[in-house]
Amino acid sequence: MSATISVRNLRKSYGPKVAVDNVSFEVEQGEFFGILGPNGAGKTTTLEILEGLRKPDGGELSVLGLPPWPRNTALLPRIGVQLQASSFFERLTAREQIRTFASLYQVPSSRADRMLSLVGLDEQAGVKAEKLSGGQAQRLSIACALVHDPELVFMDEPTGALDPQARRNLWDLLRKINADGRTVVLTTHHMDEAETLCDRVAIMDDGKILELGPPAALVRALDTPTRISIQSGLLDAVAAGQLAASADSLPADHIPGGAGSDIGVSDDGVSLTFATREPAVILAELAGRNAVAGLRVQGATLEDVFLQLTGREYRA
Amino acid sequence: MSRTAFRSLSRAMFLGFVRDRTALFFTLLFPVLFLLLFGSLYKSSTAPRVSVLEVGRVSLLDQAESAAPGQLGKVLAITHTADLQTALADVRKGDYDAAVQQSGRTLVVHYSIADETTAGIVQTVFTSIVQQADATAAGSKGGYQLTAAQVEDKSLKPIQYLAPGLLGWAIASGGTFGAAITLVNWRENKLLRRLRLAPVSVGTVVLARVGVAVAVALAELVVFLAIATTPYFGLRLASYWWMAVPIVICGTLAFMAIGLLVGAFARTQQAATAVANLIILPMAFLGGAFIPLDYAPAWIRDVSYVMPLRYLVTGMQDVMARGEGPVSAVPAIAILLCLAAALTAISVRVFRWDSV
Repeated sequence: MSATISVRNLRKSYGPKVAVDNVSFEVEQGEFFGILGPNGAGKTTTLEILEGLRKPDGGELSVLGLPPWPRNTALLPRIGVQLQASSFFERLTAREQIRTFASLYQVPSSRADRMLSLVGLDEQAGVKAEKLSGGQAQRLSIACALVHDPELVFMDEPTGALDPQARRNLWDLLRKINADGRTVVLTTHHMDEAETLCDRVAIMDDGKILELGPPAALVRALDTPTRISIQSGLLDAVAAGQLAASADSLPADHIPGGAGSDIGVSDDGVSLTFATREPAVILAELAGRNAVAGLRVQGATLEDVFLQLTGREYRA
Repeated sequence: MSRTAFRSLSRAMFLGFVRDRTALFFTLLFPVLFLLLFGSLYKSSTAPRVSVLEVGRVSLLDQAESAAPGQLGKVLAITHTADLQTALADVRKGDYDAAVQQSGRTLVVHYSIADETTAGIVQTVFTSIVQQADATAAGSKGGYQLTAAQVEDKSLKPIQYLAPGLLGWAIASGGTFGAAITLVNWRENKLLRRLRLAPVSVGTVVLARVGVAVAVALAELVVFLAIATTPYFGLRLASYWWMAVPIVICGTLAFMAIGLLVGAFARTQQAATAVANLIILPMAFLGGAFIPLDYAPAWIRDVSYVMPLRYLVTGMQDVMARGEGPVSAVPAIAILLCLAAALTAISVRVFRWDSV
């Protein structure tokens, strides 16, 4: 049994610019796989090669056991691709859109209508695609990608321009799709999205995969201190300094936040924040002194992993 | 090719078209408004009367006059003269449009081509008179039949130029703009990509689009004929007018091919619209759509031969108004089809599925 997607040493350049540089990975059946990266990292190009829209310059590639290039009509009915929320026929209603796409796959209209219900667009069935809200259009576009019941679904930044409610709503839908046994591959630059949805993520930059694994494992491997904040003024500076020093066994002359150190204590007038590798000790001490008002404990997130790998400078 | 896919794509594109009020206006209503406007403006103006010098006695003219009293005078103003040399000088100076003499069974018409419109009328009128005489000579007794209708048949009334001309322009711009804008929009909103990802052949998609365009063009033909043949405008269709149907279809193909090429290069809808206008508007003036070629200056007539629109317009004029046979449409059809094939071949080479 081979993997649903198998990519080995994939390469693609546009002129002098290398978009995908020797990328290798596998996606198992039923997996929710994320490709993360800043703009221009090569994630969209990778996805387009997998979908069969672009010809790779080199490397081995198989999707559902088939080569996607050149355009493979045996493969097309088995994959679903969600495109931008505007990729519709002009002036057709939601129902007409999805029925038209269904007919391209020889799928009956009844199934198209069921997909419309699944994404919660029953009430908007008679509304023209141009008049749908961003979230509704995005859901319609996902319904159109799923209308032929594909085994493998590709999504390129599916929650791009949505408000928080619409994003949560869409996440539930994506989880449902994946729970039905479909393999889902998505690209995103929303770290929270990748962390909640994906079984595994590949972090890409400059056309290379920098890190690959389950989000939690990547975060753990980062080994960053935990940040504990309480309201300012509950603890005086001297007591806070002593507490921080004793918990992490720091030297007495430790400068918080100084070069080479990411642990210590700081106070910005609003919150008093400990960065520590021994959160249990600090939390116990704070509890003992009854100084827990406004308590907030933050571990590292996928975003920290991402920023550490890709740097903080602006991207195009 | 899948029939379900073809049918539903055609339906989708058709609905997309009829729900677009702007497109409907510009493809159907706008040309009709032009027809109403120009048709009414030129309605009163009939073909100019031609002044003719009758040198000696031309019995054919007498026959024509006696066959249909008063009718000849609507087209020709005849002055008698005896001397051929002075008559020819008068024609050269432009005082008279033509000099005509008859010797035995030969009719000689002298005319200057300084004014091509008049020259054309002189030619057609006398051709018609001779044909009429021939026809009666071959028949039984002397039942001459030069009716006004038959004389006017050849001298085209404005509506007979206008209807095919404006229809040709409507079909040309509909085909070009339709193909170019569809292609650019579908590429921009990634619908093209979406279709490429579906198990449907490119041929099915193209055929559906062409099918809708042809249906729209034929609807234009029907609307134009319905309006132009009303008594108010008075277009009388010649016997082989239905040959306009294949001409319209081939014209649509040719101009869609032009649009396809425009769409292959243009990146935005604005660019596509601008380029399509740049092609269609001058062609409407130089290809005989807005200015009838018979009345146009010589240079326009020369230039018109490289305008695809010329063949669409004159092809339709020949069968709809001039009463030419079905075969007369063959060159126009062949030229339009060759153009469509050549441009489509180029478009296929420069075609881009995606903007990048």
